[in-house]
Amino acid sequence: MSWAGPALGRRGGAPGAALRRAGARAARRLLARGSALRQADWLLLGAAGALSLLGTLVIWSATGPLLAQQGASQDTFLLKQLLNVALGLILMLVVASMDPRRIRLYAPLLYGLSCLGLLAVLTPAGSVVNGARSWISVGGGFQVEPSEYAKLSVIVLGAMILSDLAPGRARPGARPVALAAGLAAVPIALVAAEPSLGVTIVLLLLVVGQVVLSGVRLRWLAGMAAAAGLGVAGVLRLHLLKAYQASRLTSFLNPAADPRGTGYSAAQAKIAIGSGGLHGTGLFHSQLIAGNFVPEQQTDFIFAVVGNELGFIGSLAVIGLLALLLVRALRIAARAQDQFGMLVAAGVAIWFAVQSFVNIGMTIGIMPVTGLPLPFVSYGGSAMFADMIGIGLLQSVHRRRCVFRD
Amino acid sequence: MIPASRRRLVALCLAIAALFATLAVRVWYLQVRSGSQYVALATSERVREVIEPAVRGPIVDDTGQPIVASRPALVISVSLPALWAQPGGGAAVLGRLARLLHVGAAALRREVRVCTATVGRPCWPGSPYQPVPVAQHVPARIALQVMEDQRLYPGVTAAVQPVTWYRQPVATDLAQVVGYLQPITAGQQRSEGLPVTGFAGVDLAGQAGLEAEYDRQLRGVPGSRELAVDAAGQVTGTVASVPPRPGDYLVTSINSAVQVDAEQALAAAIRQGQAAGNPAHEGGAAVVMTTTGRVVAMASYPTYDPRVWDGGISQAEFRRLFGVAGGEPILNRATQGQYAPGSTWKVTSVAAAVAAGYPLHGSYNCPAAVTIGGHSYINDGNPSLGPMSLRQALVISCDTVFYELAYQIFRHDHPGANVVTSPGAPPQEMQKMEVAWGFGRPTGVDLPAESPGSVPTRRWLYYLWKDNAHRGQDWCRYGRQNGTYVQRVEWDNCRYGNIWTGGQAAIAAIGQGYVTVTPLQLARAYAALANGGTLYSPRIGEALISPSGRVVRRITPPVAGHLPVAGSTLAYIRSALAGVVTSGTAAGTFAGFPLRKVCVAAKTGTAQVAGVQSTSVFASFAPCEHPRLVVVVMIPNSGYGADVSGPCARRIWDAIFGLEGRRAALPGGVIPGLPRLDRAGRMVPPPGFAPAPGGTGHGRAGHGRSGPAGRAGRPGRHR
Repeated sequence: MSWAGPALGRRGGAPGAALRRAGARAARRLLARGSALRQADWLLLGAAGALSLLGTLVIWSATGPLLAQQGASQDTFLLKQLLNVALGLILMLVVASMDPRRIRLYAPLLYGLSCLGLLAVLTPAGSVVNGARSWISVGGGFQVEPSEYAKLSVIVLGAMILSDLAPGRARPGARPVALAAGLAAVPIALVAAEPSLGVTIVLLLLVVGQVVLSGVRLRWLAGMAAAAGLGVAGVLRLHLLKAYQASRLTSFLNPAADPRGTGYSAAQAKIAIGSGGLHGTGLFHSQLIAGNFVPEQQTDFIFAVVGNELGFIGSLAVIGLLALLLVRALRIAARAQDQFGMLVAAGVAIWFAVQSFVNIGMTIGIMPVTGLPLPFVSYGGSAMFADMIGIGLLQSVHRRRCVFRD
Repeated sequence: MIPASRRRLVALCLAIAALFATLAVRVWYLQVRSGSQYVALATSERVREVIEPAVRGPIVDDTGQPIVASRPALVISVSLPALWAQPGGGAAVLGRLARLLHVGAAALRREVRVCTATVGRPCWPGSPYQPVPVAQHVPARIALQVMEDQRLYPGVTAAVQPVTWYRQPVATDLAQVVGYLQPITAGQQRSEGLPVTGFAGVDLAGQAGLEAEYDRQLRGVPGSRELAVDAAGQVTGTVASVPPRPGDYLVTSINSAVQVDAEQALAAAIRQGQAAGNPAHEGGAAVVMTTTGRVVAMASYPTYDPRVWDGGISQAEFRRLFGVAGGEPILNRATQGQYAPGSTWKVTSVAAAVAAGYPLHGSYNCPAAVTIGGHSYINDGNPSLGPMSLRQALVISCDTVFYELAYQIFRHDHPGANVVTSPGAPPQEMQKMEVAWGFGRPTGVDLPAESPGSVPTRRWLYYLWKDNAHRGQDWCRYGRQNGTYVQRVEWDNCRYGNIWTGGQAAIAAIGQGYVTVTPLQLARAYAALANGGTLYSPRIGEALISPSGRVVRRITPPVAGHLPVAGSTLAYIRSALAGVVTSGTAAGTFAGFPLRKVCVAAKTGTAQVAGVQSTSVFASFAPCEHPRLVVVVMIPNSGYGADVSGPCARRIWDAIFGLEGRRAALPGGVIPGLPRLDRAGRMVPPPGFAPAPGGTGHGRAGHGRSGPAGRAGRPGRHR
């Protein structure tokens, strides 16, 4: 609001006209030749929008009956998520209209802010949900989940460092790789301390993916793989995993061991999806969902609702839309003008791919239960904003694509 | 873009494609391939079957008055899962509840423990999912307090439930016959094909007595409701519902007034024996109808108040009921007590002698002693009385007449088989007669536990010896030729235990030695003697009446056999027994009894048992000419039949016929017809048998009963 004050003052009591003019200017910019909207990857945008709308519907169906039982308005979550989508689209447009080079300039700032955010959740300001300190309450009933933005900052910062080649070199050397890994280690450690196993896994895979794609020598990669192997062995030997994390991992291996705990969620999700059959029960028609049998059914386990109410057809639609989104993202990466754009686009693709796979995988019993939302589909503001900013990054890279090369 | 990056981007594409293909295939497998299996799982999750126990049918007496029924009462129950979910396992909640109920906190904690192999009573023997009743008949004020302040009493519920109600004093006097209820065991649940849902543990099942024998009919059919539930177990609707069908009424032929009098008379006789310095401590009595084999009363001493079973029995009560030190009041002495019948046995010996060809009207010598096999068998308390009729031998109960008869028969009765080496050895003639009178085998009465008594046939002797010579009592190991009395007997038994001797035949003929009977066996044998020879398998249950008033089943005592005795012989014995009361061994006992009004015929028995006081036995029937009822009393360790059991039987006869200042329970010995259930659910007594004034009200509508936990467990999420 600080910029609006002097502006209003100069126009001397005609705020309405000023706003109208500002709006018209923004609209002109949006629709101008070479603008973000004109040059957008519409398939990518369409896939993200379709997933968001489908997700909103399913969230409505998953929460409506329960809210009605509690005497609340059954549209509460629907309206909130619609707002989230709308705000997310605006954020996407803002990011999409930025030039990748400018984004590159902001990378250190974004990184610093997300590290501060992650630090803040570990202070008493952070609130504990499901045993993890992942949220900061910002007042008015709103909460921010900094780990969602940490993914973005790691992508952008990693791309910045790994694309910054020394003159005359075709591949990044040891120093940028070490720098990228070292800088990424800070948010990874902070997220692991929350503790949030799922985000830690996503961040680790992001860094590994970007390093691999940056073109470092294969023997470097082999060395790093060996180091990672030693690290995993060390974690296991030194019992660095929290009890609940270990239980999640083991219950994934043996779901019958703890039917009331973590295995319960996994088993319930599997039953919900399996019983959906080919067509599903239809939105708002599932007693299983109305009975709240699947825990976290509007957030982490939203895919169980999709599977139960929309059946195999709905599940396939979600998986297909996610695949389309990734195909477009990878296409943008392949056509990126420079190494930075490629690494950003590929990073976003890896993020969405890993998170989608882990999330859907845990509901169908092929991955351990970790607290990760399904991109665009799960309920939640922070996740939706981060996902949309990710699309914005892709669109931004897309605008600066190399038109002469495939 | 550098070539390495491009190649690796392609690899990334392939990796992501593989991941998503995996997802698609797995989702197809779950939803399309094995969808139906998950549909079944989902249904079983969403729907809970809740068993609604049926209200248990009452047990009523011959005029329709309840003996055991159910009454609605405010019951406080504790849900164990809810309690365990409290911090500290709900100790604070239990402490508050204990103060509210004015009971000890420690006692309450013990009551809500689940019984296991190591946790003994008091504990909860039922399913942990079933609310544990901790207080019955609580005042409404306390129930309200619990219901209104659920924050202080989480998991504690107060509800009106039918609780088992016993009409006193008859329920206590008939405790062993009625039996008791306890939570159904898993084994019973399986064997009866009851629904196993984890909640059916709310059902109580009869574990002894009539409650066990007629459990299936009394229990009714539990109903079920299929409830739609959510993940928290909250009920969201009813899918299907089958109402429970209440249990049938069991009408018994027990007459409450006679029963109460019989128990009181028995207790009084035993206390009187104790006062006279005898170690009497137990006894049994049975009143049986002669012409139908129905049981009118069945008394056992000591007895106990069946209310101790309500809501779980304490360890101390359990020990008292089942322990020898407490006199084992759980045993029904009328069917499980095995006592020597003494001279009451002589009726079978007369029948056996006549069957063996000895003239009914002959003359038999009654010397002071008879020598058999070098031993002298004396006539108890009597000098030599010279020749006499068999009638006189019964009237004055001359032992030597029967010693001599038994010995005579013994000498010609397969002498080669007397060293018994196989179970197939032929039975002796006298013992064959005794078996025909129903001795040595269970009567088949409608009670789950019954003792067979013993008749020393050769086969019986063979097994006694085989089972105890080298195992069991192990006579050959413990016996000593010059040891104590018991050791000498064991030494003898080891060598000669399988040999049937003349001496054994002689003492068996007067109902001693190896002979034992239960009071009910003796009563049904005397009923057969009285009715002309029909031996019944006695029945306590008379009919089962559905809650709608329909007679579902009339229970008729089956005929177990016929005495192989001529009618004239039985008539002769009956007339002799009438003489016992007027001029024989029971004359003193019945001095002053209005025999003109009701002629009672009887036989006394005084069985000498090695080492302890005599068993006092009295077997009687009345009226003499057309006998309707038999009264048998057996009290071990107490003295002469005429002194202890006789007066007890006289008191019972008084109560039945209303003599000597008593109110007639069965005027003229006439047995009431079947009571009926009217449309309002009230038991209507048979004509002429209106309930006694001051009797507890009974027969309300819906007057059934169920266990203390009559309500089905709350549906929970189970998987």
